[in-house]
Amino acid sequence: MAAVIPAPQAVARKHGGLQRFARRKSTVAFLMALPLIVLIAALVVYPTFYAIYLAMLNKSLERFVGFSNFTFLFTRETFWMVVKQSCIFAISAVIFKALIGFCVAHFVHNVPAKGQRKWRGMLLIPWVIPPAMSTLGWFWLFDPSYSAFNWIFVRLGIPSVTWLGDGNWARFSVILVNVWYGAPFFLIMYLAALKSVPEQLYEAAAIDGANWWQKIWYVTLPMMRNIISITVLFSLIVTFANFDIVRILTAGGPIDKTHVFATWAFLVGIQGGDIALGAAVSLFMFPILAVAAYFILRDISRRGNEA
Amino acid sequence: MPQQSQQRRKFLKTAAATSAALAFPYIRTSFAAGSLSVAFWDHWVPGANNTLTKLCQDWGKKEKVDVKIDYITSQGNKDQLTIVAEAQARSGHDILQHPAWFAQTYAKQLEPVDDVMNPLIKKYGKVASAAEFLAKSKGHWIAVPAVTGTQVKPPLLRLDLFKKVGIDILEMYPVNKPETKAAANWNWDTMLAAGEKLKKEGHPIGLGLGQTTDSIDWVGAMFHSFGADLVNEKGDILVKKNDAVKQVLEYAQRLVKVMPQDVFAWDDASNNKYIISGQGSMIMNPPSAYAVAKRDNPTVAKELYEIPYPTGPKGRFAGYLPYLWGTWAFSKNKSAAKSLLSHLLQRESVEQLVTASIGYDVPSFESMRDFKIWEKVEPPVGVVYHYPPRKDQTTWVACAPAPASMAQQMYTQAIMTKMIARCTTGGDSIAKTIDWAASELEGYQRS
Repeated sequence: MAAVIPAPQAVARKHGGLQRFARRKSTVAFLMALPLIVLIAALVVYPTFYAIYLAMLNKSLERFVGFSNFTFLFTRETFWMVVKQSCIFAISAVIFKALIGFCVAHFVHNVPAKGQRKWRGMLLIPWVIPPAMSTLGWFWLFDPSYSAFNWIFVRLGIPSVTWLGDGNWARFSVILVNVWYGAPFFLIMYLAALKSVPEQLYEAAAIDGANWWQKIWYVTLPMMRNIISITVLFSLIVTFANFDIVRILTAGGPIDKTHVFATWAFLVGIQGGDIALGAAVSLFMFPILAVAAYFILRDISRRGNEA
Repeated sequence: MPQQSQQRRKFLKTAAATSAALAFPYIRTSFAAGSLSVAFWDHWVPGANNTLTKLCQDWGKKEKVDVKIDYITSQGNKDQLTIVAEAQARSGHDILQHPAWFAQTYAKQLEPVDDVMNPLIKKYGKVASAAEFLAKSKGHWIAVPAVTGTQVKPPLLRLDLFKKVGIDILEMYPVNKPETKAAANWNWDTMLAAGEKLKKEGHPIGLGLGQTTDSIDWVGAMFHSFGADLVNEKGDILVKKNDAVKQVLEYAQRLVKVMPQDVFAWDDASNNKYIISGQGSMIMNPPSAYAVAKRDNPTVAKELYEIPYPTGPKGRFAGYLPYLWGTWAFSKNKSAAKSLLSHLLQRESVEQLVTASIGYDVPSFESMRDFKIWEKVEPPVGVVYHYPPRKDQTTWVACAPAPASMAQQMYTQAIMTKMIARCTTGGDSIAKTIDWAASELEGYQRS
């Protein structure tokens, strides 16, 4: 049987096609991103679908129950309290982180270049310490019996505060720690954005007679809008899904007044032995964040098109 | 210990006689009897793990089994996460330690251990009713009551401060001797009256009302001693029908007034710190707080003393947190696992473990509550003599007698301490609190 030998031209064409394919920027980019894609698929996509599957089973994970875990949650008072608290926690923490980050970024931006690096390093410390560790430090500061803050208050003649024993103070405390931990992220992002604003724009504004506030309103903010949106979105996602700070400081108490989705899902699912309901609780973060992401990204995209 | 020590062959013989249906016997081959992977709770008492390791290794050498031990901490609920992960993966340790309600939750996935427990009961008598309640499902033992970690949370108080307010604790609970008739007066009202005086003295009693086990366990015992069960064994919600619930909440409202305001935020370390500092006059805790006080504040330690729970209208109940050792149904070496469990529950093994824990661990076999260690710990002499429940004190696991499917949620959601928080600092009336609890319990009924 005679072997079929491909024509030399066809082989060359085929090789040339492969080489072209391999040389294409998109192919290279895809191959380089592949390990990350695989990692995300294994650690994010698979668990997500598994969580959806679990959320559709009954308590003993033996029977498919469709959406009844979700509808059951709608009937629970504690669930709605968790929804409300997650929103209060995430939105207020992100607002304060953004405000503090924005202000401090301006201060640091105005520090002479020589000393700026030291300030940047110091201000990033809260963000680089593992949150579980730093939150333990805060826990000791708020300690029910031996709070360092209360020790100072008492010496100043101010009544001591039950930081973690009173619902409202406990909410304040978890938000405070989250702001302390997350503000440096905003700071560094905004500082980078500030450095990219052309100096000429400020000079032009100054020539037009703009004051300090007008420079921020008409120059800085428009130039930083996209980075602000992206940072807020990113932080909103991370803050909504926060677990460690609440878990360590209050474990959701007192009377469930500091529970967020992740801590309540853990309590119900892992500790309470109701994995299906726990999965359903944790999945409620997804639609809320998807809506937020849609509006923020749409805004960014619109501005991109306008530009 | 040579004679008493349960030999595996002897154990297999007994097991074969009692349970022909099980996949026995375990065959030892010339090339050793395989390996056994076990996970125990990481004991907080220094050296306690070493004794357990030695017991396992000695058994392994004798039985030619390669025993691999992991000590898993309960810090950050790592022990609970391990149980859930192994149950989901259907793979993991051959023996795993389960806290409180977990064995019941995973009952279907646990290997029955009647063949381990029945001979032991025959030999050592009754097991604490609360441990039996948690370790049995549908009439079968699904786990054995573990020695390490099993504890009660009785009053740990200051002898000097109580004497100052007119209560001589040693008159009721003498050193290294059973309680006297005077102990009959040690009830919840006596405790409250003492609490009022101690607050005036500047040393309030501090009973945690947070959401961790120390708080849940003593509150569970108090509710039951008032007869204030929230749910019965069938899963029927009693909270609205049971007048005792209202009574216990009224009592709690008075009790909260004599304690520090922040008890609602206490975790399992807060009460220890409170008594060790010298500020507090009483907490509900095992002797762990005493052991730390001995190291950090000996002046306070020499005045500390463990006594039984105050009695209530329905009796004297000790808040109990049992751990259980279970073997997964998917374990690859069930017979070796059962043999090791049996070895660990022999009186000699238990005594070694309890001694290593300085009396912290409470054996579930009531006949084993006479070990010498409880007389030896000092100062003061007899500090932990009255720690293990004896005589008229019954062990009680919070949220019992509710079925496990409800009780685990009730326990982890700390429904009883939340009820107290709601009707005190939370500002709700008792009626509103009871309505809230009924609604929560309805939610826990889902199957």
